Amino acid sequence: MWFRRLLSAFALLVPLVLVLIAIFLISYAWPAIRFNRLDFLLHDTWNIGNQYANPIVRRGATIMPGASFGIFFLVAGTLGSALIGLLIAFPLGLGAALFLSEAVPRRLGHLVSFFVELLAAIPSVVFGLWGIVFLVPLLSHHVYPILAETLSFLPFFRRPTGSGYGLLTSGLILSLMIVPFIAATLRDALASQSHAMREAGISLGATRFEVATRILLPGQKAALAGATMLAFGRALGETMAVLMVSGNALNYLPQNIYSPISTMAAFIVAQLDSALADPTGMAVRSLAEIAVLLLLISLLINGLARFMIGTLKEHTL
Amino acid sequence: MIATRFWIRWRRFKSALGWTLSGAAFLALAVAMIQILFYVFAKGFKSLTFKLFTENTIGVGGGLKNAILGTLLLSGTAMILAALVGVAAGLYLSEYGEGRMGSLTRFLSDVLVGVPSIVLGFVGYVTLTVWLRWRFSLAAGAITLAVLMLPYIVRSTELALRRVASGIRESAYALGCRDHQVVFKVLLKAAAPGIGTGILLALAISAGETAPLLYTAGWSNYGWSGRLIHEPVAYLTYVIWSFIGEPFHSAHALAYAAAFLITALILLINLIARLLIATSPHGNR
Repeated sequence: MWFRRLLSAFALLVPLVLVLIAIFLISYAWPAIRFNRLDFLLHDTWNIGNQYANPIVRRGATIMPGASFGIFFLVAGTLGSALIGLLIAFPLGLGAALFLSEAVPRRLGHLVSFFVELLAAIPSVVFGLWGIVFLVPLLSHHVYPILAETLSFLPFFRRPTGSGYGLLTSGLILSLMIVPFIAATLRDALASQSHAMREAGISLGATRFEVATRILLPGQKAALAGATMLAFGRALGETMAVLMVSGNALNYLPQNIYSPISTMAAFIVAQLDSALADPTGMAVRSLAEIAVLLLLISLLINGLARFMIGTLKEHTL
Repeated sequence: MIATRFWIRWRRFKSALGWTLSGAAFLALAVAMIQILFYVFAKGFKSLTFKLFTENTIGVGGGLKNAILGTLLLSGTAMILAALVGVAAGLYLSEYGEGRMGSLTRFLSDVLVGVPSIVLGFVGYVTLTVWLRWRFSLAAGAITLAVLMLPYIVRSTELALRRVASGIRESAYALGCRDHQVVFKVLLKAAAPGIGTGILLALAISAGETAPLLYTAGWSNYGWSGRLIHEPVAYLTYVIWSFIGEPFHSAHALAYAAAFLITALILLINLIARLLIATSPHGNR
């Protein structure tokens, strides 16, 4: 029995770590949560206040004069870039999974899908580097002007196309980073279906594509929805790549799809140094409140996704 | 009759169109993947010099010796910590984790996987760097990375152990083995390739991370002197992020070289991990 107790003590560390993270973060952010109230989500002015004046007391908290911590622009940037990422990644992942599981010979499909899954192994910061030196110049000089020209009848696609650092670029990079999760999960789910299903479909006169989309795919809706949700969660919390290509907009709501943005995760990295200059500490505690929000979102999304697909498979980790 | 023939043709056309589109989706991914790898390797290869491995960083020039050793040190320490706890927790979940505590741990471990790495980094900063006054240090960086790796190792260990046939356990117990003997002499040996693969994949993830380290490990122009706390540590991903924004050719060359090294390292770890599971007698994936 001593051995089981020992192992269970180690196992207990996992939930303990998560609970400790939540407790530390919330208690650290508590003064900011009390001071900012709902303005935190609804206003879009982040200003750590006049650092050369004397601190004042407002709403029972000591802050620098003029300080205000509203992150509505971050919420907009985070949701916007993650949604664009998902909109691009979903059809790509679905198509690639169908192709690799049903159109390519099994052994080759296995090998090639390993190659696509490697896309998930490339570090975020390397995606960011590639974004800065390759993707941003390409998009801003060649792709975005054409896009703005041809889609000028759509309100959010009109000029100005900006510097190339912005919402659509972030969404594109995010889509590349999350698509392997969708593709790999769905490919494995499709490939694990019995051959009898495929044979039955073919013998009824269905084409192979109809077998794939009408017989095999409907059975895997839960896996697809769960993987998509996890991918969305990743996109919401992605930091370095977005930090490098988003343009790091401050207090600015996106005017069109090329506008510079910032996201909650990227903002924490971008602003921690300047927040530390605030002698009252409220700026850092407000950054902690952003982290609390990110934590809550990830708990919600992962809880839901886990609820949908049951236990997670290895590669969706 | 004509209508039926037309209908069949229409369905064939739709299927062909569907395959074309899904093939195009795959092609787009493959092209993006090859483009990124080609770009990073081509740019990085040009920036590779012997000096990178023998000199420390000086301002925005010099070499990457401090960062290379720092990355290995941070990820290696984190791997040891996370593997110790993670394999034990995975063992518990797979062997004795049928009850409520088991399923709760499993659930929270899945949730921990999804916590953004910057949140872990911020918590590491608030607790380890500031509250415990460790400042930017190896201990703060490695513990933060270990928390990031932990859930991956827990779940891959559990899955690897579950693939071991239950008959093997039963025969071990029937021969009079105690719990710890079953685990150490039978289960861990049988599941070793799967467990090893999980640990290696977690190592690859941690080596590529930046956000958890920015405010826990900091950055240093010097090699590590052996102190666990109060001494910042350099790492490769910091060089990529920070130096690509500097207006100097030498800084860009270092960023490309660092991207080359870290990407090559991660692909190598991934390859070894896959080979390990593919060539093992018990691996069935």
